[in-house]
Amino acid sequence: MLDKIFSADALAESIEILQTEFPVALWETFYVTILATAFAIVLGLPLGVLLVAGEKGGVLPLPKGLMNALNVIINLLRSVPFLILMILVFPLTRAIIGTTVGTPASIVPLVIASFPFVARLVESSLREVNPNIIEAAQSMGASPLQIICKVMIPESVPSLISNATIAITTILSYSAMSGIIGGGGLGKIAINYGYYRYKYLVMVFAVILLIVLVQLFQSIGTKLATKSDKRLKTKRNTK
Amino acid sequence: MIEIKNLTKTFEVANGTLDALKDVNITIHDGEIFGIIGMSGAGKSTLVRCINMLERPTEGSVIIDGCDIGRLSAKELRNKRRNITMIFQGFNLLMQRTCLKNICFPLELAGVPKAEAKEKALELLETVGLPDKAYAYPAQLSGGQQQRIAIARALATNPQVLLCDEATSALDPKTTHSILELIKEINRKTGITVIIITHQMSVVEDICTNVAILDNGRVVESGAVSEVFSKPKSDAAKRLVFPEGAEEVFAESGNEPRIRVVFNGAKAANIPLISQMAIDKGIVANILGASTKAIGDRAYGNILLGIPGGKEQVATAIEYLGAIEDITVEEV
Repeated sequence: MLDKIFSADALAESIEILQTEFPVALWETFYVTILATAFAIVLGLPLGVLLVAGEKGGVLPLPKGLMNALNVIINLLRSVPFLILMILVFPLTRAIIGTTVGTPASIVPLVIASFPFVARLVESSLREVNPNIIEAAQSMGASPLQIICKVMIPESVPSLISNATIAITTILSYSAMSGIIGGGGLGKIAINYGYYRYKYLVMVFAVILLIVLVQLFQSIGTKLATKSDKRLKTKRNTK
Repeated sequence: MIEIKNLTKTFEVANGTLDALKDVNITIHDGEIFGIIGMSGAGKSTLVRCINMLERPTEGSVIIDGCDIGRLSAKELRNKRRNITMIFQGFNLLMQRTCLKNICFPLELAGVPKAEAKEKALELLETVGLPDKAYAYPAQLSGGQQQRIAIARALATNPQVLLCDEATSALDPKTTHSILELIKEINRKTGITVIIITHQMSVVEDICTNVAILDNGRVVESGAVSEVFSKPKSDAAKRLVFPEGAEEVFAESGNEPRIRVVFNGAKAANIPLISQMAIDKGIVANILGASTKAIGDRAYGNILLGIPGGKEQVATAIEYLGAIEDITVEEV
């Protein structure tokens, strides 16, 4: 079987597909991932802030009922498997995009699936901020909003970047799954050729490209997080 | 003037309640450096946090220049806090901001224009002796330097009161001294009222004019530092002044007559007093116990002497030592 997969014919065919279809697929995966991550952060960041600031003893305590409701909604969304969530949100997708198939349509379920996850990541980043620094800001007369915008978020930027990297790589792997419901990208190629047409080599190429993308996002994220962290600057930089 | 009146703070804990502060009354005058000293868990940090309402007292009030700050609205309180700033044991600088931006931070919160804030911050960097650290990040500084930046930050809004919560507890003795000198100098130049929370006797001796001793949530003794430290009355004060339990040592000594010599700020730090008495009066006193401290050139504390011989010798010794200014002698 192996020699069939790696036969000269299969290889030639795969390389042809690689040249004709992969550039578009790579671009689709890339922009879907970036856009979905951006929207997930737009929704997830404020939600994560609310989870930390709004709790009892937080800088902006909110009613307990509201906090419980937020937590339940987040947990519910996070517990639905992505494959099923994609189908569940069809009505919403149709309302926003006008159709449920195609690459843009796959962004909607990706955002719905990932913003609660992003909210939890933001929550964990903000909880790392030294509570004494928040107390110091309070002692200087900072309002709750000022503490959120000028202390909690800026102080946790390195951790937020690390967690954004986790989010983007997770969303990338989700986006590959959306090939099943007609979303474009590397996932679609992998499923269409590898699963439906037994062209394993094409699938292998798609997977390799996905791995390269994950590596790329991860190394950029790690670099940015390290660069942004002023706690790690040990060399004396006085002027 | 800061008046702390009948302050009580009770915390809800797992198995009931915990009284962190019980009916605390303290008056602190303008321009004073006031020490609040006590062992761990005495309630010091809670007390200082009640002064700027980081902790809400359960009962009682804090009145600053006639204004009951417990009754202020959230917004009014935030404005008031610019007037009562605070430095901390852990410095609590914003780690992702440069020193300059850290000092600008309270001004930024108050809505001061950027250029003006920067000018003020640079001025304060000079005051605290770190003009070359404007663009350094806190992680690049030593503990003492971080505390200097924190002091500059606390002074940015020209406060009337500076609260120091164990501000030197994380520093070595030499750095502690230099930070205290800085606080003293700022107090002298600006007339700022300073409240120092500490568990270190040396800090209070070094810098404070008045002191309150907090024990188990209560003020057990308060007054001028020289008074309280030379004649500690309460058990808590004695524990602080005689950390090794010198009092017990006294009690177990022999049965010769004993006198207690109390130094009340006598200019005797450099005088070999007991030897001088042996030479002048021929009384060979036996030092049974001593706990004295030199503050500046003045001596505080007490010495317990065993006086050999009869009543006459004792009377002579009391007369001889008692003649020196700021020394009191009593037979015990």
